[in-house]
Amino acid sequence: MKRFRAMCSARRLRAGRAASAASFGTLLMLLATGAPPPSPAAANEPLTVFAAASLSEAFREVGEEFQRREGLAVRFNFAGSQQLATQIEQGANADVFASADLRWMREIETRGLAQGKAQPFAGNVLVVLVPNFNPARIHAPIDLARAGVRLVLAAENVPAGAYSREALRRLAGEPGYPPDFARRVLANVVSHEDNVRGVVGKVQLGEADAGMCYRSDVSRTVARHVRTIAIPGAANVRASYPIAVLRDARHAEAARRFVALVMSAEGQRILARHGFLPPQPGTR
Amino acid sequence: MSRTRELATRAALALGAAAMLMLLIVPIAALLLRVHPGTLFERLLEPEILAALRLSLVTSVSATFLVVATGLPLAYLLARRQFRGKRVLEVLVDLPMVLPPTVAGFALLLAFGRAGLTGRALEAFGVSLPFTTLGVIVAQAFMSAPFFITSARAGLAAVDPRYLDAAATLRASELDTFFRVVLPLSMPLLVAGAAMSGARALGEFGATITFAGNLPGVTQTMPLAVYVALQSDLDSAIVLSVVLLAIAFTLLFWLRRTAGGGAFVAARASR
Repeated sequence: MKRFRAMCSARRLRAGRAASAASFGTLLMLLATGAPPPSPAAANEPLTVFAAASLSEAFREVGEEFQRREGLAVRFNFAGSQQLATQIEQGANADVFASADLRWMREIETRGLAQGKAQPFAGNVLVVLVPNFNPARIHAPIDLARAGVRLVLAAENVPAGAYSREALRRLAGEPGYPPDFARRVLANVVSHEDNVRGVVGKVQLGEADAGMCYRSDVSRTVARHVRTIAIPGAANVRASYPIAVLRDARHAEAARRFVALVMSAEGQRILARHGFLPPQPGTR
Repeated sequence: MSRTRELATRAALALGAAAMLMLLIVPIAALLLRVHPGTLFERLLEPEILAALRLSLVTSVSATFLVVATGLPLAYLLARRQFRGKRVLEVLVDLPMVLPPTVAGFALLLAFGRAGLTGRALEAFGVSLPFTTLGVIVAQAFMSAPFFITSARAGLAAVDPRYLDAAATLRASELDTFFRVVLPLSMPLLVAGAAMSGARALGEFGATITFAGNLPGVTQTMPLAVYVALQSDLDSAIVLSVVLLAIAFTLLFWLRRTAGGGAFVAARASR
């Protein structure tokens, strides 16, 4: 009996080893061959668009228009542009990339991950956002430097975060603003959000005293809970949004048509309705 | 006939187990394969990474103390008393284990945020939770409490009632009996529960970033730092991940090796 058991366990071990060797072999094969080259997508597979979080509502509408025209559904991944760029670099399966700034589009272009040259398709400006009940009584950007204000900004590597910091630096040069304005405001930051909509959420909930976001982020539903304070024109930063078809696009043809729709009069109308500015020629 | 069946059973078992092991081990191996040992310690000493490490240790230890101090009385009630609505209470205690952490963070904001249910009252006492280290501790305690309470309850309930009767014949008060008899006897499970709770607090992400925000040195714990680093600085993300992995592995391994480990597993199984 004892011997029988020993035999069993020996066989069990062998069987186990064989099985794990087999699965390990499969794994090695997968590793060796690497990622398969992009194969053309099945006709019914939706177009995949990676777009900056601020484009959420506008692009969803563009996507509906695209589906009406082309009969192809569009699937979106909205997030901070820095996060999307990293995902694309790590091999995410995407057809189109729409960034909220040039930095992350360049990152994709210099790595040879884009097809052709990216085109600017929209612009934007920043505003200061405060909750309706304005707990810190902020009425002008200069109030952001007051000690104790709980300010939420997008993180520095997020386009909105970079634009916000640039706007603060420019404000410091405006008449009536102290030269260390930017430093004082940045000392009030209580959270770095990973995309601009995180800023909007924290202000909307009334947890932050103030935040900085794009003018287009203040949709009608958001406007019910917040007040916006304009940043003087000379100090404001004009955001530029570039779009490109990606090298590994499985729907390259459809991706080009999506970009064309964004650039078309209809696409631009939709973007304008959501508070975006037209692209500035020669921003590249 | 039976022999072939036996072989088939064994093959199926081995294949299934191997597949599951691959699922569990390959990601860990992939993470470790990406580490350059030379740069690991160098990067570990970078201020941002050190700050996240320090903050994570401080908050998860504090959260564990908070959970033990407030969870022990509740575990005792659940283990030793019968009352109406106990079932519902038990479910409520378990809920954070299955609640999506972002939902938990949002609920915490609605409860303890400035504009939340108790925000005014808290502010009157000068307490502010969102965007503070204290908020991180509260979020971690909320998410990790069930791990301690479950284990502590099992430990407290497992004390043989004869000992309690013996203590009662000696006219020991309930409090005396608790500290002299119940507590020492259930210690292994209490320690195991506290360790599991601490490990969960260390890994907490969703509730923290939703409720407490993300600021280096104040609310950016290790998991948040990994998430942020993943968006632009993969090397830092790897270092942070490996450190978290090492801490979690050590904690669980220690738990298995001590007597509490076995008891903890038994308690979970008997529930």
